Amino acid sequence: MQTLTQRLANPTRFMELSARLLPWISAGAVVLLAYGLYLAFFASPADYQQGETVRIMYIHVPCAWLSMMVYALIALSSFGLLVFRHPLADVSAKAAAPLGAAFTFLALLTGSLWGKPMWGTYWVWDARLTSVLILFFLYLGLIALRSALEDESAASKLTAILALVGVTILPIIKFSVDWWNTLHQPSTDFTSTVDPSMRLPLLVMAIAFTLLFFAMHLKAMRNEILRRRVKALRTQAVAGRDRLAAHGAE
Amino acid sequence: MDLGPHAAFIWISYAAVTVTVTGLILWLIADGRKQAADLEALERQGVKRRSSSPGVR
Repeated sequence: MQTLTQRLANPTRFMELSARLLPWISAGAVVLLAYGLYLAFFASPADYQQGETVRIMYIHVPCAWLSMMVYALIALSSFGLLVFRHPLADVSAKAAAPLGAAFTFLALLTGSLWGKPMWGTYWVWDARLTSVLILFFLYLGLIALRSALEDESAASKLTAILALVGVTILPIIKFSVDWWNTLHQPSTDFTSTVDPSMRLPLLVMAIAFTLLFFAMHLKAMRNEILRRRVKALRTQAVAGRDRLAAHGAE
Repeated sequence: MDLGPHAAFIWISYAAVTVTVTGLILWLIADGRKQAADLEALERQGVKRRSSSPGVR
């Protein structure tokens, strides 16, 4: 019996399944985003210390969560490419990199905009902020390395190796607030450190952003599969013309 | 809605997320259309995938 990953190894089957899933995931993301924004602005209180700026948390935390989750997905896909040679693993890793970079950029930006009124500064070189900045550079490195190499197979493998080496940044980011003295607050324990009136909007927004990412990732994977088909057809057309020219010359 | 003395920081944060995510979505849609159009143009020229099945994109 085939596993789900084996069944999805066929790009044509993946295209059929993703076409069916994409509208549902997108609709779920839109509904949850609308509900989350309503909760964030109209149904949650201002914080007793931070005042209204706490509302930045409802977008900052989901972006920060995605910045790490997307990298973990890229690392998993890279492992799938290098070890199992799964045909869609590289497509997944390539499609996720720009999305991860965008969410990491947003986590840094919204964190900085939250930091100024609360800490009195946009930026400090503390362990959490610096390690997330390194993650952002890692994403840019993955994108740059892939586009710098013309041989797609070599680019895939080298990018996968870099992604797997870079995965060490994830535990550093996660535990940076425990290992070092940082201006950034310690890890959030959803069950005890966040008041229930703020926990619900935060949870809804986190799920909404996650669905939004998966919708965009599916679409980006579909685009990448189409791009590879176009490239293969162009190569096939050129080879056909060369064969005809060779026959004509004989 | 009164967001207090730091309203600008809140609005800029939400605007940045909205602009970036909307930009990503528009880029993905445009890229998808371009790839589909390129594929269709090649197939119209008679170049067919060996494993192609009708209606699958």
